[in-house]
Amino acid sequence: MDTRDSIRPRGPIVIDIENITKDYVMGEETVRALRGVSLNIHRNEYIAIMGPSGSGKSTLMNMLGCLDTPTSGRYEFNGKNVAEMNDDELAAIRNREIGFVFQTFNLLPRSTSLRNVELPLIYAGIDPETREQRAAEVLADVGLGDRIHHKPNELSGGQRQRVAVARALVNRPSIILADEPTGNLDSKTGEEIMALFEDLYQRGNTIILVTHERDIAAHARRTVHLRDGLIESDHAGFIPEIDMATVG
Amino acid sequence: MKRFLYELGESWKIAVAQMRANMTRSTLTALGVIIGIVAVTLMGTAIGGISIGFDKSMAVLGDDVLYVTQWPWKVVDDWWNYRDRKKIKTEYAEMLNRMIEKTPNSNLIVAVPTSSVFRSIKYGGNQVDNVFVLGTTSDFIVTSTIDCKEGRFFSDMESRGGASVVVIGYDVADALFPSESPINKSVLINGQLFKVVGVNTRQGTFLGLFSWDSMVAMPLGAFNKYFSAKPDSDVRVKVKDKTKLADAKDELTGLMRRVRGLAPEKSDDFSINEQQAFKSTLDPVKNSIAVAGLFITGLSLFVGAIGIMNITFVSVKERTKEIGTRKALGARRRTILLQFLIESTALCLLGGFIGLSFAYVMCLGIGKAFPSFPIQFSVGLVVASMIVSVMTGLISGFAPAWTASRLDPVTALRYE
Repeated sequence: MDTRDSIRPRGPIVIDIENITKDYVMGEETVRALRGVSLNIHRNEYIAIMGPSGSGKSTLMNMLGCLDTPTSGRYEFNGKNVAEMNDDELAAIRNREIGFVFQTFNLLPRSTSLRNVELPLIYAGIDPETREQRAAEVLADVGLGDRIHHKPNELSGGQRQRVAVARALVNRPSIILADEPTGNLDSKTGEEIMALFEDLYQRGNTIILVTHERDIAAHARRTVHLRDGLIESDHAGFIPEIDMATVG
Repeated sequence: MKRFLYELGESWKIAVAQMRANMTRSTLTALGVIIGIVAVTLMGTAIGGISIGFDKSMAVLGDDVLYVTQWPWKVVDDWWNYRDRKKIKTEYAEMLNRMIEKTPNSNLIVAVPTSSVFRSIKYGGNQVDNVFVLGTTSDFIVTSTIDCKEGRFFSDMESRGGASVVVIGYDVADALFPSESPINKSVLINGQLFKVVGVNTRQGTFLGLFSWDSMVAMPLGAFNKYFSAKPDSDVRVKVKDKTKLADAKDELTGLMRRVRGLAPEKSDDFSINEQQAFKSTLDPVKNSIAVAGLFITGLSLFVGAIGIMNITFVSVKERTKEIGTRKALGARRRTILLQFLIESTALCLLGGFIGLSFAYVMCLGIGKAFPSFPIQFSVGLVVASMIVSVMTGLISGFAPAWTASRLDPVTALRYE
């Protein structure tokens, strides 16, 4: 068990989920992707959500990321009831509170790093000067200060993911939600990205990592396992005996 | 509001970047709009030209002149009732003038007789056929918008004396005297020599409507002497105040009834016409040309619009994942809607602009090649076609943009 954080005080609750379910209707059948999940995430936690495919991991991530709303249950984000928000309110929450990092980077191919990082600021209604200044700062923070005018196809995979991380950070969100952030990277570059996440965590960010890779999950301070739409285990740190065994 | 402006700016940048990135596709799509706009614009100028042509021809008639004729200036179903009417005689003009003089506060100024035939006219080796030969008095210039480019209209003296002088139209002068001044030259009409005293300013002809350019005018005395074979005669009467045209018409009707000696129970055996009557028979023609023309050319613009709609749908499909990403980053429905609307509108505006430039060049070309065709390229037309372009973009882009804005972010993100 990782003891580095045991002395840290726990921050206020950012995400408060209680007994949420999600059903998908597929033709005649109803798929119950989540069957009642409860979860609290505090500020400045570093949490890994693991589970085999079909475990409801992606569905939970979509819920946490406010990309989707639950069929039932309570979801409060910073005390705001997200479960009943409409599309535009959810968009505002995603814009201000959540920084997404995707497996496939999802950068706009024809825009420079700077323009990519500026995007959330545009949707937040920030003026152009501040936008550019902040985007450049964040890019420098992730070690790409000299790459701000490069387009994605002029960057390596690791650099692209750094741009994506910068984009996730630029609006100073409450959480960073990373979905298999190293899935498209070789292991060395993957480790570099994980080191970046560690650094962000140390600087006070809240990180939610969705992954099925044990080595990646091992970076987190808390591990949540899902199986068949339910939380199977939720414990601090990464315990090889439990976490190696349960991941399919 | 501020955010809306930023989003608008962002959307424009994306639109331009998209057009650059898909050069061939954008060009081909815009081509549809270009063709549409060229067609509509040229039709617009043509309609404007037709309208001006009509008005110019109408101006010949004068809006403050009443025409006493045997036949009314409209299509009649009971033509047999008009056929047997007595002809209008040129002498009526003098009788009318005497009565006008005796009427205090008359709404009428002067009556002018006109007789006309079609004849050939010759000078040296040159000949013009089918020239409208008009016999009238010197008062004619009062009733007409006619001006002399060279020389003058014949005088009162020449008019009374029936002198063998003529004023000739611009085209007639041009054909007979390609390289010299016609003034004081003698032309041959019906085997008789006439001295040219004036040449009319060019008026322009249109659709074969009547124009002073292809006519000659001479004193009625001379006309009656040499063209005795049944001419068509009218009397035109100048009105004092054109806002009281109806009163003037009533007065003239009364005078004409006295001239004809009609008993009160008899109906008029003459017609009194004005420019407006003629206009109202021509206007429907003009309007149906405009409607048909704009409809047909509008179809080509419609095809262009469908192209835009199609390409915007393709664009939405291709960029589903990008839409998902944007939504994840906080783009609202409105933002996405706006983005694709602006893309389609930008394409249409580009097409519209290029189309308009083409149309402008073509208009200049047509104007150079056929100077007589009245073509009119106006600022209003430019504005109108730009508005049409924008509307086309908005309308054709709406369905795809709406689809894009409604995409579920989860599905869109997963789309490959």
